[in-house]
Amino acid sequence: MALSGMRGLSVFISDVRNCQNKELERARVDKELANIRTKFKNDKGLTPYEKKKYVWKMLYIFMLGYDVDFGHMEAVSLISAPKYAEKQVGYIVTSSLLNENHDFLRLVINTVRNDIIGRNETFQCLALTMVGNIGGKEFSESLAPDVQKLLISNSCRPLVRKKAALCLLRLYRKNPDVVSVDGWADRMSQLLDEREIGVLTAVMSLLVALVANNPDAYWNCVSKCVRVLERLTRSQDIPQEYTYYGIPSPWLQVKTMRVLQYFPAIDDPNIRRSLFEVLQRVLMGTDAVKNINKNNATHAVLFEALALVMHLDAEKDMMAQCVGLLGKFIAVREPNIRYLGLENMTRMLMVSDVQESIKRHQVQIITSLRDPDIRFRIIFIDLLVQCISLCSIRRRSLDLLYGMCDVTNAKDIVEELLQYLTTADFAIREELALKAAILAEKFAPDLSWYVDVILQLIEKAGDFVSDDIWYRVVQFVTNNDDLQPYAAAKARDFLDKPAVHETMVKVAGYLLGEYSHLLSRRPGCSPKEVFSIIHDKFATVSTPTKAILLSAYIKILLHSQTVDPELQNHVLAVFRKNETYLDAEVQQRASEYYALSRKGPSMVDVMAEMPKFPERQSALLKKAEDTEVDVADTSATKLRLMQLTSTAVVVADQKPANGVHPALTRVPSGQRNIEAPTVPVANGGQSPAPVDFLAIEAAPTHSAPESSPLVGPGDSLALALMDNQASTVQPTGSVTEWFDALCRKDSGILYEDPFIQIGLKAEWRGNQGRIVLFLGNKHTAPLLSVKAVILPPRHMQLLTSNVPDTIPPRAQVQCPVEVTNLSPSREIPVLDFSYNNSSAMVSFKLRLPVIMSKFLQGATLAPADYIARWKALMGPPNKLLQEVVRGVKPLPLQEMSDLLGSLHVAIAPGYDPNVNNIVGAATYFSENPTLCLIRIETDPADRTQIRLTVGTPDTSVALELKEYIKERLVDIPSGAAPTSLPGMPSPADDLVGPAASLAGLI
Amino acid sequence: MKSATFFSSLSSLFFANKHSSHTGRFKFEISSDAKSPKKGFGRLREWFDRSIYRFDRDAFVLLQIQAVFLVSRQGKVRLQKWYTAYPGKDRPKAIREITSIILSRGSRLCNFIEWKDLKVIYKRYASLYFCMCVDADDNELDCLEVIHLFVEVLDRYFGNVCELDLVFNFHKAYYILDEVLLSGELQESSKKSVARVISAQDTMVEKAKETGISHMMSSSSK
Repeated sequence: MALSGMRGLSVFISDVRNCQNKELERARVDKELANIRTKFKNDKGLTPYEKKKYVWKMLYIFMLGYDVDFGHMEAVSLISAPKYAEKQVGYIVTSSLLNENHDFLRLVINTVRNDIIGRNETFQCLALTMVGNIGGKEFSESLAPDVQKLLISNSCRPLVRKKAALCLLRLYRKNPDVVSVDGWADRMSQLLDEREIGVLTAVMSLLVALVANNPDAYWNCVSKCVRVLERLTRSQDIPQEYTYYGIPSPWLQVKTMRVLQYFPAIDDPNIRRSLFEVLQRVLMGTDAVKNINKNNATHAVLFEALALVMHLDAEKDMMAQCVGLLGKFIAVREPNIRYLGLENMTRMLMVSDVQESIKRHQVQIITSLRDPDIRFRIIFIDLLVQCISLCSIRRRSLDLLYGMCDVTNAKDIVEELLQYLTTADFAIREELALKAAILAEKFAPDLSWYVDVILQLIEKAGDFVSDDIWYRVVQFVTNNDDLQPYAAAKARDFLDKPAVHETMVKVAGYLLGEYSHLLSRRPGCSPKEVFSIIHDKFATVSTPTKAILLSAYIKILLHSQTVDPELQNHVLAVFRKNETYLDAEVQQRASEYYALSRKGPSMVDVMAEMPKFPERQSALLKKAEDTEVDVADTSATKLRLMQLTSTAVVVADQKPANGVHPALTRVPSGQRNIEAPTVPVANGGQSPAPVDFLAIEAAPTHSAPESSPLVGPGDSLALALMDNQASTVQPTGSVTEWFDALCRKDSGILYEDPFIQIGLKAEWRGNQGRIVLFLGNKHTAPLLSVKAVILPPRHMQLLTSNVPDTIPPRAQVQCPVEVTNLSPSREIPVLDFSYNNSSAMVSFKLRLPVIMSKFLQGATLAPADYIARWKALMGPPNKLLQEVVRGVKPLPLQEMSDLLGSLHVAIAPGYDPNVNNIVGAATYFSENPTLCLIRIETDPADRTQIRLTVGTPDTSVALELKEYIKERLVDIPSGAAPTSLPGMPSPADDLVGPAASLAGLI
Repeated sequence: MKSATFFSSLSSLFFANKHSSHTGRFKFEISSDAKSPKKGFGRLREWFDRSIYRFDRDAFVLLQIQAVFLVSRQGKVRLQKWYTAYPGKDRPKAIREITSIILSRGSRLCNFIEWKDLKVIYKRYASLYFCMCVDADDNELDCLEVIHLFVEVLDRYFGNVCELDLVFNFHKAYYILDEVLLSGELQESSKKSVARVISAQDTMVEKAKETGISHMMSSSSK
């Protein structure tokens, strides 16, 4: 090839190409590498041409994916060559071959710098290109000023300046400190006046990064950006070479609109008006054209404009226009545009969910989706469902569909999903089924429809219907009397169909067992017929289902008004037969039921219908929230809140502890008080936790193969139930006390019960902390299914390491957690811990002592310095936060200052002329360290009242810190309230002596 | 106190393997996965979220092209360029993974896929796939047209470019790429301007060669 000009290189490339298989290729490459290695070893003999050739070969080999671990020096050394041809090769190979952290790069910083500040423009370009592509932190520090000079120089050609702009961008990304905010904002503003589009594009890229990091500093650029947009959209002064398929540089348009999205809000009415004019123009000119590139470029601009409109919180009309456009995009055939249309539509819905201010638009968006024309609506849903089938679009569509479902359209959407379920891709069926079930539950217009949907769901996609789904339908039916006959009849109909899915057998068996007596008058629904239709399936179903069916049989038998001897014989025969069944659960049920049924009508009470379930949160909704945790912004916090407040969720996970089937008992009315035995939750009993009745199929692992004594009267069954619940694990001490102790020191016990001890050890440095949780199994049996989930507050970053699933007996496991504090807040992380002690699941939540004072460090200042700083804070804008706090624990002055000291505040005695005042200083470490000055003025006449002043340059720190100190002063650490409300006087103050409360604090 | 002794044995363990890491079978649970891309909450919010976890990544990874690579239909890499400090040893694996997804996609489907927390924009030209890894938040169509722009520039330089041109002149492709993209950003959108720069480079190299040859000839004739 003439262009290549290097015969050796061409020969090598064709050799590699001709290799028949991977092994031959590797052999050829290895041979070449060996050759290059020897050539490089006797460096003397290499001409620059040869050196270039071998370096290119190395790059080629590297590009093919082979490891090239030598010869880097030769590539780097070419950079220092005097001739352009060698330098060029050196720069380009180095920047492709080496990573930014490579040590060799340090060797050439000087050469690179000389090239940048030298007079040779071509060398400047080469050097800037390399630094722009792989420059690291060290380059940032030594080259940034030179690069900045090139960018703003008047004598440099555009070619150099645009490279300098992007090079500076790279250096800024590596180290934001290299661009000083003050001076540079004006420079940027001037640079935006640039007429040359190439330079302007590069400058705009730089501006995106600058503004994203610090929007406040670059306000002066807003109007300039709008002007650039005006120039582009009006095609003023745009050279032909900078139009792309007739569109004035779409990339610059996109970049400029991107910059504007990083400013929190644009309030200036004039700028806003001209910006909206520009956007209006963009939104109007969107007719699809044949040329795909032109089409793409137009739409690239358009989607960016949409994002900007959403960001600006535009007027109703404009939003409506956007929604209209999105609706149009979703309807086009072109997959890219449809994908983006869907993505943006989803984004729009989500934005409105998150921000209250946009909420009014949501209504309007959905109204437009619910066009008066019903056909449009159906077409739209249909379209979305079709989109779901298109590989990567499908998840977006499903999300969107899910997001826009409400009472008015739920029926259409769910039915559409059901239709689609049978033909859908396997990979997506489970999600489809789950979402359909959730939507049906959330928006069911009436409950019978809900039952229909779930039963259809099971029929159409039984394999993909999780147990949670049918548990939920059973709950609904049980709790709604009028639904029971309907559900039972439906279930019976479904059993008539050929090829019934096992999940259907389960749910139908359960429903018919409970409620078939309500149907007994209907044709084909006599107890005998119901029994035989269920029993048809018995032989083919799995063991857990068999257990459910056995329960159904005895219920059918005992519910029937007149005992049909034939039915009784049948049922008894089934029980007899299964008394020797292999599985312990089935065996036990069979023998117990056999004994019970022989006792005759006196047992009717025991086998009565199930009582109503307590209202609880749907496990499905919870599941949906769990899966959304990483996509939805608020879910993490929602989840956290939920777990803090609701015990229902915890309860739903509890399984009966042994082979007793609580599900089958109805406690005689006299014993109602133990119908819902309370389970004190480990971290300090919150609310009564009912037994999980739905665990009707006690899983084999939980059923101890003991043969529990045949129980006679119903009471003892109930008692057994209660005993079982009473054994719930209790902590051996006060969780609150442990927590408080850990607030004061860095190692100690966090939690302990008869099975597990959780110890904690922490180290703090600046805004970073390292916590190690020690999980010690005190028991002689292993602890199973150990789970530790830490729910971090928003202002903290937590890196949790793994917790092994099992802790062997008498063993300890460590679980390190890395904490980074990012912004001031008093919130603390919560550890959600659960384990299985081989007889029951234990779960509890613990606050982790990552409190504000852990990020405080005492600061000692000279008196003059202290006063100067205090004054600086006092001057405008006033950064001092002051509050009179009443209801403080009455403490002697010394103890109060000790208390402050225990919060890591360095007390500066004598700085304040008034002896009744305490002043101190501390540095608070979040993302940036902040110096905080604190003053407490006490009133010798009234010790329960103080004036607290906190001053920091950062008001958010001051606010949080003030509240935090206030809590310490007011709150009594051993008290039950985790965080006292600001300003809330502690009623117990008078009862607790100062010494006692102090002892609790230090 | 019983529990205290138990704990002290724990803490001695802590000091012993303070720096050792866990091995074995683990259940990993972090409730909020900071690395997952978040969508749909306005740019500022996204930026805020990003800034939280910029500690474990580059100081800023913001809307830049992270990598460009060209692969043939057989999965052979024809060009690769990385603009972030993605570890060198993981690069071939990343390219393999992305390529296998792309090669299996039908032509009717859209040109964007999500990979890890990035988006991959790709387009097929004859036997070559041009792929670009970009931030999840970047403008997809914008990137797609950057690919096309690069192809047009190559086309102009080579005159109806084909895969073989790029195989034997891969270094030229690198030069051209460096004039189109820099720091993971579009550097020049004018094809004419790029062509001018590249031809100037070629002239300079040719000139260097000639002087080199004449120099050699004159020295050999002496």
